[in-house]
Amino acid sequence: MDQAITAEPERVRIHLSARAAGPGAQAVGKAADAQQPVARIDWREELAKAASEVFDVMVGAPLTAPPEPRPPFIPDFAAMVGIAGSLCGSVSLRTTADCARSITAKMLGGDEVGAAEAAQDAFGEVCNMIAGSFKGRISGLADGCALSVPTVIFGRDFTLFSLARGEHYEVTFEFEGKLLSVSLDLQG
Amino acid sequence: MKPVNVLIVDDSSVMRKIVGRSLRQAGLDLVQVLEASNGSEALSLARENPLDLILSDINMPLMDGLEFVRQLRGIESAQHTPVVMITTEAGEGHVVQALSLGASGYIRKPFTPEQIKERVIPLLRG
Repeated sequence: MDQAITAEPERVRIHLSARAAGPGAQAVGKAADAQQPVARIDWREELAKAASEVFDVMVGAPLTAPPEPRPPFIPDFAAMVGIAGSLCGSVSLRTTADCARSITAKMLGGDEVGAAEAAQDAFGEVCNMIAGSFKGRISGLADGCALSVPTVIFGRDFTLFSLARGEHYEVTFEFEGKLLSVSLDLQG
Repeated sequence: MKPVNVLIVDDSSVMRKIVGRSLRQAGLDLVQVLEASNGSEALSLARENPLDLILSDINMPLMDGLEFVRQLRGIESAQHTPVVMITTEAGEGHVVQALSLGASGYIRKPFTPEQIKERVIPLLRG
Protein backbone atom coordinates (compact mmCIF):
# COMPACT_ATOMS: atom_id res chain seq x y z
CA MET A 1 0.00 0.00 0.00
CA ASP A 2 1.32 3.42 -0.90
CA GLN A 3 0.88 6.42 1.30
CA ALA A 4 1.17 10.11 0.46
CA ILE A 5 1.22 12.96 2.96
CA THR A 6 -0.09 16.33 1.79
CA ALA A 7 -0.07 19.50 3.84
CA GLU A 8 -3.18 21.64 3.92
CA PRO A 9 -3.34 25.10 5.56
CA GLU A 10 -4.01 23.76 9.04
CA ARG A 11 -3.14 20.12 8.92
CA VAL A 12 -1.37 17.31 7.20
CA ARG A 13 -3.41 14.59 5.57
CA ILE A 14 -2.30 11.13 4.61
CA HIS A 15 -3.70 9.60 1.44
CA LEU A 16 -3.75 5.86 1.32
CA SER A 17 -3.85 3.96 -1.90
CA ALA A 18 -3.55 0.31 -2.75
CA ARG A 19 -0.45 0.55 -4.90
CA ALA A 20 1.84 -2.11 -3.60
CA ALA A 21 5.51 -1.16 -3.60
CA GLY A 22 7.04 -4.15 -1.98
CA PRO A 23 7.08 -5.23 1.64
CA GLY A 24 7.01 -2.26 3.96
CA ALA A 25 7.60 0.27 1.20
CA GLN A 26 5.30 3.25 0.98
CA ALA A 27 5.37 6.55 -0.88
CA VAL A 28 5.23 9.96 0.73
CA GLY A 29 4.76 13.37 -0.84
CA LYS A 30 4.14 16.92 0.38
CA ALA A 31 1.69 19.73 -0.21
CA ALA A 32 2.85 20.86 -3.59
CA ASP A 33 2.91 17.30 -4.81
CA ALA A 34 -0.53 16.34 -3.61
CA GLN A 35 -1.36 12.83 -4.74
CA GLN A 36 2.09 12.50 -6.31
CA PRO A 37 4.46 10.43 -4.24
CA VAL A 38 7.96 11.87 -4.13
CA ALA A 39 9.80 9.40 -1.96
CA ARG A 40 9.39 5.82 -0.94
CA ILE A 41 9.38 4.98 2.72
CA ASP A 42 10.37 1.62 4.07
CA TRP A 43 8.68 1.82 7.47
CA ARG A 44 10.60 -1.16 8.78
CA GLU A 45 13.94 0.28 7.74
CA GLU A 46 13.15 3.70 9.23
CA LEU A 47 12.08 2.03 12.46
CA ALA A 48 15.33 0.07 12.57
CA LYS A 49 17.37 3.24 11.90
CA ALA A 50 15.53 5.09 14.67
CA ALA A 51 16.15 2.29 17.18
CA SER A 52 19.82 2.03 16.20
CA GLU A 53 20.31 5.78 16.58
CA VAL A 54 18.83 5.81 20.08
CA PHE A 55 20.94 2.87 21.23
CA ASP A 56 24.13 4.28 19.68
CA VAL A 57 23.68 7.77 21.12
CA MET A 58 21.79 7.37 24.40
CA VAL A 59 22.41 3.81 25.53
CA GLY A 60 26.00 3.77 24.36
CA ALA A 61 25.92 0.21 23.02
CA PRO A 62 24.85 -0.84 19.54
CA LEU A 63 22.00 -3.05 18.47
CA THR A 64 23.12 -5.94 16.28
CA ALA A 65 21.41 -8.49 14.07
CA PRO A 66 19.95 -11.43 15.98
CA PRO A 67 21.55 -14.84 15.65
CA GLU A 68 20.13 -17.36 13.20
CA PRO A 69 18.44 -19.61 13.93
CA ARG A 70 16.79 -17.29 16.38
CA PRO A 71 16.61 -18.60 19.96
CA PRO A 72 13.25 -18.66 21.79
CA PHE A 73 12.20 -15.15 22.78
CA ILE A 74 9.56 -14.62 25.46
CA PRO A 75 9.49 -10.90 26.28
CA ASP A 76 8.25 -9.92 29.72
CA PHE A 77 9.01 -6.21 29.56
CA ALA A 78 7.30 -3.86 27.08
CA ALA A 79 6.94 -0.15 26.46
CA MET A 80 4.54 1.58 24.12
CA VAL A 81 4.18 5.12 22.79
CA GLY A 82 1.10 6.19 20.86
CA ILE A 83 1.28 8.28 17.71
CA ALA A 84 -1.66 10.52 16.85
CA GLY A 85 -2.20 13.00 14.06
CA SER A 86 -1.45 12.62 10.41
CA LEU A 87 -0.22 9.13 11.20
CA CYS A 88 -2.00 7.08 13.86
CA GLY A 89 -0.67 4.01 15.58
CA SER A 90 1.96 3.04 18.10
CA VAL A 91 5.62 2.19 18.53
CA SER A 92 6.39 -0.58 20.98
CA LEU A 93 9.53 -2.11 22.38
CA ARG A 94 9.69 -5.62 23.87
CA THR A 95 12.41 -7.49 25.66
CA THR A 96 13.13 -9.34 28.90
CA ALA A 97 13.45 -7.73 32.33
CA ASP A 98 17.09 -8.77 32.33
CA CYS A 99 17.73 -6.92 29.06
CA ALA A 100 15.81 -3.86 30.33
CA ARG A 101 18.12 -3.77 33.36
CA SER A 102 21.16 -4.02 31.07
CA ILE A 103 19.89 -1.10 29.00
CA THR A 104 19.32 0.94 32.16
CA ALA A 105 22.80 0.12 33.45
CA LYS A 106 24.33 1.31 30.18
CA MET A 107 22.29 4.52 30.16
CA LEU A 108 23.15 5.38 33.73
CA GLY A 109 26.74 4.31 33.46
CA GLY A 110 26.32 1.68 36.14
CA ASP A 111 24.96 4.08 38.76
CA GLU A 112 21.75 3.50 40.69
CA VAL A 113 20.52 0.68 38.49
CA GLY A 114 19.11 -1.48 41.24
CA ALA A 115 15.63 0.00 41.48
CA ALA A 116 12.98 -1.62 39.30
CA GLU A 117 11.52 1.84 38.74
CA ALA A 118 14.74 2.91 37.02
CA ALA A 119 14.41 0.10 34.45
CA GLN A 120 10.78 0.99 33.78
CA ASP A 121 11.63 4.65 33.46
CA ALA A 122 14.63 4.06 31.20
CA PHE A 123 12.84 1.55 28.99
CA GLY A 124 9.87 3.88 28.52
CA GLU A 125 12.20 6.74 27.67
CA VAL A 126 14.07 4.62 25.12
CA CYS A 127 10.76 3.75 23.46
CA ASN A 128 9.78 7.43 23.52
CA MET A 129 13.03 8.44 21.83
CA ILE A 130 12.67 5.72 19.18
CA ALA A 131 9.15 6.95 18.40
CA GLY A 132 10.40 10.56 18.25
CA SER A 133 13.36 9.68 16.08
CA PHE A 134 11.12 7.61 13.81
CA LYS A 135 8.61 10.39 13.19
CA GLY A 136 11.41 12.91 12.75
CA ARG A 137 12.73 10.79 9.88
CA ILE A 138 9.50 10.86 7.91
CA SER A 139 8.84 14.02 5.96
CA GLY A 140 5.67 15.70 7.21
CA LEU A 141 5.36 13.71 10.40
CA ALA A 142 7.60 15.68 12.76
CA ASP A 143 5.03 18.44 13.11
CA GLY A 144 2.07 16.42 11.90
CA CYS A 145 1.97 13.95 14.79
CA ALA A 146 2.05 14.02 18.56
CA LEU A 147 3.43 11.30 20.82
CA SER A 148 1.82 10.01 23.97
CA VAL A 149 3.60 9.65 27.29
CA PRO A 150 5.18 6.14 27.32
CA THR A 151 3.44 3.20 28.96
CA VAL A 152 5.54 0.36 30.42
CA ILE A 153 4.14 -3.12 31.06
CA PHE A 154 5.99 -6.00 32.69
CA GLY A 155 5.25 -9.55 33.80
CA ARG A 156 4.87 -12.86 32.02
CA ASP A 157 1.15 -12.88 31.39
CA PHE A 158 0.23 -10.04 29.06
CA THR A 159 -0.52 -9.46 25.44
CA LEU A 160 -0.11 -6.11 23.75
CA PHE A 161 -3.04 -5.54 21.47
CA SER A 162 -3.08 -2.50 19.21
CA LEU A 163 -6.44 -1.07 18.26
CA ALA A 164 -4.74 0.32 15.18
CA ARG A 165 -5.48 -3.02 13.47
CA GLY A 166 -3.67 -2.00 10.35
CA GLU A 167 -0.18 -2.69 9.19
CA HIS A 168 2.37 -4.18 11.53
CA TYR A 169 6.14 -3.89 11.13
CA GLU A 170 8.62 -5.49 13.48
CA VAL A 171 12.40 -5.58 13.71
CA THR A 172 14.27 -7.88 16.07
CA PHE A 173 17.74 -7.05 17.33
CA GLU A 174 20.27 -8.44 19.71
CA PHE A 175 21.50 -6.24 22.57
CA GLU A 176 24.47 -7.63 24.46
CA GLY A 177 23.39 -11.20 23.79
CA LYS A 178 19.70 -10.59 24.56
CA LEU A 179 16.86 -10.27 22.07
CA LEU A 180 14.80 -7.11 21.74
CA SER A 181 12.10 -6.24 19.22
CA VAL A 182 10.76 -2.89 18.01
CA SER A 183 7.32 -2.73 16.42
CA LEU A 184 5.25 -0.20 14.54
CA ASP A 185 1.48 -0.62 14.29
CA LEU A 186 -0.30 1.71 11.91
CA GLN A 187 -3.98 2.37 11.89
CA GLY A 188 -5.66 0.74 8.93
CA MET B 1 33.32 29.57 33.79
CA LYS B 2 31.41 30.57 36.93
CA PRO B 3 29.60 27.95 39.03
CA VAL B 4 25.94 27.57 38.04
CA ASN B 5 22.61 26.62 39.59
CA VAL B 6 20.66 24.37 37.23
CA LEU B 7 17.07 23.16 37.05
CA ILE B 8 16.42 19.99 35.02
CA VAL B 9 12.78 19.31 34.13
CA ASP B 10 11.77 15.92 32.77
CA ASP B 11 9.19 13.31 33.77
CA SER B 12 11.89 10.65 33.40
CA SER B 13 14.23 10.48 36.41
CA VAL B 14 16.74 8.54 34.28
CA MET B 15 16.76 11.32 31.71
CA ARG B 16 17.27 13.93 34.43
CA LYS B 17 20.34 12.02 35.61
CA ILE B 18 21.68 11.74 32.05
CA VAL B 19 21.19 15.46 31.41
CA GLY B 20 22.97 16.29 34.69
CA ARG B 21 25.85 13.98 33.80
CA SER B 22 26.08 15.54 30.33
CA LEU B 23 26.30 19.02 31.84
CA ARG B 24 29.19 17.90 34.04
CA GLN B 25 30.88 16.27 31.05
CA ALA B 26 30.46 19.58 29.22
CA GLY B 27 32.63 21.14 31.89
CA LEU B 28 29.99 23.00 33.87
CA ASP B 29 30.67 23.59 37.54
CA LEU B 30 27.28 22.72 39.00
CA VAL B 31 26.72 24.26 42.42
CA GLN B 32 23.15 23.06 42.73
CA VAL B 33 21.12 20.73 40.50
CA LEU B 34 17.38 20.97 41.10
CA GLU B 35 15.03 18.48 39.48
CA ALA B 36 11.34 18.64 38.59
CA SER B 37 9.14 16.05 36.90
CA ASN B 38 6.70 18.48 35.30
CA GLY B 39 6.26 22.16 34.50
CA SER B 40 4.21 22.91 37.57
CA GLU B 41 6.89 21.63 39.96
CA ALA B 42 9.50 23.48 37.92
CA LEU B 43 7.64 26.79 38.25
CA SER B 44 7.58 26.43 42.04
CA LEU B 45 11.33 25.76 42.11
CA ALA B 46 12.00 28.67 39.76
CA ARG B 47 10.08 31.05 42.03
CA GLU B 48 12.03 29.95 45.10
CA ASN B 49 15.56 29.56 43.75
CA PRO B 50 17.96 31.73 41.79
CA LEU B 51 18.77 29.79 38.60
CA ASP B 52 21.46 30.25 35.97
CA LEU B 53 20.17 27.62 33.54
CA ILE B 54 17.07 25.51 32.93
CA LEU B 55 16.82 22.43 30.71
CA SER B 56 13.30 21.19 30.08
CA ASP B 57 11.50 18.40 28.30
CA ILE B 58 8.30 19.28 26.42
CA ASN B 59 6.00 16.25 26.74
CA MET B 60 5.23 15.95 30.44
CA PRO B 61 2.10 15.32 32.49
CA LEU B 62 0.28 18.08 34.43
CA MET B 63 2.10 20.94 32.72
CA ASP B 64 4.16 20.56 29.56
CA GLY B 65 7.42 22.32 28.79
CA LEU B 66 5.90 24.91 26.49
CA GLU B 67 3.41 26.13 29.09
CA PHE B 68 6.20 26.08 31.67
CA VAL B 69 8.37 28.40 29.57
CA ARG B 70 5.43 30.71 28.91
CA GLN B 71 4.65 31.06 32.62
CA LEU B 72 8.33 31.19 33.61
CA ARG B 73 8.83 34.36 31.59
CA GLY B 74 6.21 36.00 33.80
CA ILE B 75 8.39 35.49 36.88
CA GLU B 76 10.55 38.58 37.21
CA SER B 77 13.62 36.80 38.57
CA ALA B 78 13.51 34.22 35.76
CA GLN B 79 12.73 36.45 32.82
CA HIS B 80 16.23 36.18 31.43
CA THR B 81 17.25 32.73 32.66
CA PRO B 82 18.37 30.63 29.66
CA VAL B 83 15.97 27.75 28.99
CA VAL B 84 16.98 24.93 26.66
CA MET B 85 14.29 22.51 25.55
CA ILE B 86 15.41 18.87 25.32
CA THR B 87 12.75 16.79 23.63
CA THR B 88 11.80 14.08 21.17
CA GLU B 89 9.53 16.61 19.45
CA ALA B 90 11.83 17.51 16.59
CA GLY B 91 9.43 19.29 14.28
CA GLU B 92 10.16 22.79 13.08
CA GLY B 93 6.77 23.89 14.39
CA HIS B 94 7.68 22.81 17.90
CA VAL B 95 11.01 24.62 17.72
CA VAL B 96 9.42 27.84 16.49
CA GLN B 97 6.71 27.64 19.15
CA ALA B 98 9.22 27.00 21.94
CA LEU B 99 11.45 29.88 20.86
CA SER B 100 8.49 32.24 20.47
CA LEU B 101 7.38 31.42 24.03
CA GLY B 102 10.78 32.33 25.40
CA ALA B 103 13.01 29.27 25.09
CA SER B 104 16.66 30.08 24.40
CA GLY B 105 17.62 26.88 22.60
CA TYR B 106 16.51 23.45 21.50
CA ILE B 107 18.12 20.01 21.63
CA ARG B 108 16.58 16.91 20.11
CA LYS B 109 16.59 13.56 21.93
CA PRO B 110 18.63 11.42 21.45
CA PHE B 111 21.48 13.83 22.16
CA THR B 112 25.22 13.60 22.74
CA PRO B 113 27.12 15.38 25.54
CA GLU B 114 28.82 17.39 22.77
CA GLN B 115 25.46 18.72 21.60
CA ILE B 116 24.63 19.79 25.15
CA LYS B 117 27.96 21.56 25.35
CA GLU B 118 27.51 23.34 22.01
CA ARG B 119 24.06 24.65 22.91
CA VAL B 120 24.49 25.43 26.59
CA ILE B 121 27.95 26.99 27.00
CA PRO B 122 27.26 29.97 24.66
CA LEU B 123 24.09 30.76 26.62
CA LEU B 124 26.04 30.94 29.88
CA ARG B 125 28.72 33.13 28.36
CA GLY B 126 26.22 35.45 26.75
